[in-house]
Amino acid sequence: MQITIKPEGDIGIATITGEIDSRTAPQAQGELMPVIEKFNKIIMDMTEVTFLSSAGLRILLLIYRQATAKDGRVVLVGLSEEIKDTMTMTGFLKFFVVAESLENGLKALA
Amino acid sequence: MDTRIDFYPTHNHEGFKLRHGKPFPFGATLVPRGVNFSIFSKHATSCTLVLFKKHANEPMVEIPFPNSFRIGNVWCMVVFDLDCEDIEYGYRMDGPFEPNVGHRFDKSKILLDPYAKAIGGRDVWGTKPDWDNIFQHRGRLVFEDFDWEDDCPLEIPMEDLVIYEMHVRSFTAHPSSGVKHPGTFAAITEKIPYLKELGVNCVELMPVYEFDEFENSKPNPVTGEMLYNYWGYSTVGFFAPKTGFAATGRFGMQVDELKSLIKELHENGIEVILDVVFNHTAEGNELGPTISFRGIDNQTYYMLTPEGYYMNFSGCGNTLNCNNPIMRNMVLDCLRYWASEYHIDGFRFDLAAILGRDPWGVPLPSPPLLETLAFDPVLGKCKLIAEAWDAGGLYQVGSFPAYGRWAEWNGKYRDDLRKMLKGDMGMLGAVAQRLQGSPDMYEYSGRGPSASINFITCHDGFTLYDSFSYDDKHNEANGEDNRDGGNDNHSWNCGWEGTTDNPDIIALRKQLVKTALAVLMLSRGVPMILMGDEIGRTKNGNNNTYCQDNELNWLDWSLLETNDDLFRFSKNIIAFRNAHPVLRYHEHFHNADLVGSGCVDISWHGTQAWKADWSGTSRAIAFMLCGKHAKGGTVNDDRIYVAINTYWDALDFELPTPPKGAKWHVAVNTSMPSPEDIYEFGMEPELGNQSNVLVGSRSIVVLVGK
Repeated sequence: MQITIKPEGDIGIATITGEIDSRTAPQAQGELMPVIEKFNKIIMDMTEVTFLSSAGLRILLLIYRQATAKDGRVVLVGLSEEIKDTMTMTGFLKFFVVAESLENGLKALA
Repeated sequence: MDTRIDFYPTHNHEGFKLRHGKPFPFGATLVPRGVNFSIFSKHATSCTLVLFKKHANEPMVEIPFPNSFRIGNVWCMVVFDLDCEDIEYGYRMDGPFEPNVGHRFDKSKILLDPYAKAIGGRDVWGTKPDWDNIFQHRGRLVFEDFDWEDDCPLEIPMEDLVIYEMHVRSFTAHPSSGVKHPGTFAAITEKIPYLKELGVNCVELMPVYEFDEFENSKPNPVTGEMLYNYWGYSTVGFFAPKTGFAATGRFGMQVDELKSLIKELHENGIEVILDVVFNHTAEGNELGPTISFRGIDNQTYYMLTPEGYYMNFSGCGNTLNCNNPIMRNMVLDCLRYWASEYHIDGFRFDLAAILGRDPWGVPLPSPPLLETLAFDPVLGKCKLIAEAWDAGGLYQVGSFPAYGRWAEWNGKYRDDLRKMLKGDMGMLGAVAQRLQGSPDMYEYSGRGPSASINFITCHDGFTLYDSFSYDDKHNEANGEDNRDGGNDNHSWNCGWEGTTDNPDIIALRKQLVKTALAVLMLSRGVPMILMGDEIGRTKNGNNNTYCQDNELNWLDWSLLETNDDLFRFSKNIIAFRNAHPVLRYHEHFHNADLVGSGCVDISWHGTQAWKADWSGTSRAIAFMLCGKHAKGGTVNDDRIYVAINTYWDALDFELPTPPKGAKWHVAVNTSMPSPEDIYEFGMEPELGNQSNVLVGSRSIVVLVGK
């Protein structure tokens, strides 16, 4: 799993590649927490995420909870059908604003 | 907090870092940096934790508990640095194999933790297991951090419930369901709008604890089709949801999927009751598999004969030793876990009479388990419902030790109503009691009508439509030459056994279904309907479909169109109950005018007003409820008059006068074709002749005085 972070104005865009599971979750948490500290508006670009395990879902919710605790907002971008489906069935999706593309994600946070 | 020294290991086994664990809670619990494993056995001489990589055939490591890690009869150990998503765990227990004194230890077996909160091995429903695998039902670790937001159990008063009994897989497995993941928890979420339209506010889920659909599975000798342990009344693990019921089970997310369903149901005003089976386990008798309890502490967990054989009050090979304190605590731990972690609203206890037997099988006057559950603080608002009989002949309907809490499936309601509906004579006295919440059964012991779960059908037995389509059961598909299943169906085929094209017979069957549903919704007590009865579901005369993973159990959603008249009637009769508080109260009728309305709370009539004919040949009865007595006189409702005619001809009923200034309006007349069989609330037409009403044969008329 890899995460790259780049700012776009006052929005922090985290692009994640690969699988988020119990093995990579600590790394994901470690790299994403500073983004929350720095930005109030966050986009998580999941286009290249191939699998989210239970632990992976929890990382997303952790980010959401931390962000909203400081009145921040989180938008998920580029969820695959399967990940979206899994997130729906496990109740995680409803916490998030979801956008199809990065462009729409930016609009959602504008 | 990282400075706490118990966050760090003290021991090492083949590279796995360990330290002394905590005895409570039992089970596997995530703790900082590791997992606390804790398991009870009184008679084992040693215990070994066996860890597997997920799905692996061979263990990754076997860690014997150092003797210093045992406290009393509990082995407990923290193992550090485990990948909690990729671990499956079990135990080996060593001890005597002396069946004559109840011990059946076998350290060659790897045992499932009775407290396992998720269980692998049957991840996808119906996928044939690898029988050579040495560890069939594999304990897994779960995150217990579901984000419930503001959700909590709904605590709907018992008298306001309308329960819908359903089987998770059967509800949506049929291709006609049109859901994304048929047969799953997630699919029920998709069907919530249907449940809301129907108007039920509680779903009672048939067993959702992990079970093995392949237990005693065998091909049907005639058709070759596989027969399963389909319903699931045979528990493998009491703390784990059925993985194969979750669309996300293959990802190990069944816990979140079920919790998400419950949260969604709650958000839509629908409670969740679980059907729990604490009377026996999937291990069967001495010939059954050793999965868990048998190998952990057989003598503690099971009721045994003096010779060490399994007592069989369940009819399923063994009987859990529910009033042994260890087992009793496990039941309590289990229910507390489901109430607190899953926000479950209530529990229905399968063959609950067993829960009142002592370790030697003798019925106890004050069963400690039933008392414990009734007074438990965590379960303080949960519904507790007993199936108050067992397969050992103990029948406690009306006498189940209730402690002010327990309700019962009222088997007498079912039997008496069925007999009346098919036209049996001599039923009116009993039926009058059933309609009033069975005061003859409950009032003497201080129990209100909400102690009575009223039902005419449940998963056992015919569907409602089949009750009027078959004289006899037709269970050949179960592969036992039609010997299985009950014979006391009190059913009537309306003149033709089974499916017919005869429009008169079909119309009569539908009319009887509507009449039955109407009586159920008009009765004091708590109504329960069986999944699909609202749209005329059939099981082709099979009254014991426990093994059928096919159309015999699957709800055919096309019936919603075929029988749209039934669905319209069903939702409107439920709405009628919900709209009229006079029908729903937690106290018995007083047969008196306690609020000074000029009318008694309930009065009985017949073809002549104020003169009920209770004679043995009578098949006509009417009753009237005074709306001013609604909820003990605290709420004002309309007056309601109900006339039931189970005779084969129409009968003219003389009407009592409606309240001053009010007129009788027709709410229900099941002898009329749809849509004149029932009128929506507020749309009831005024009755032309206010002094008499003609009630068609085998039908019911409901009038509203307003």
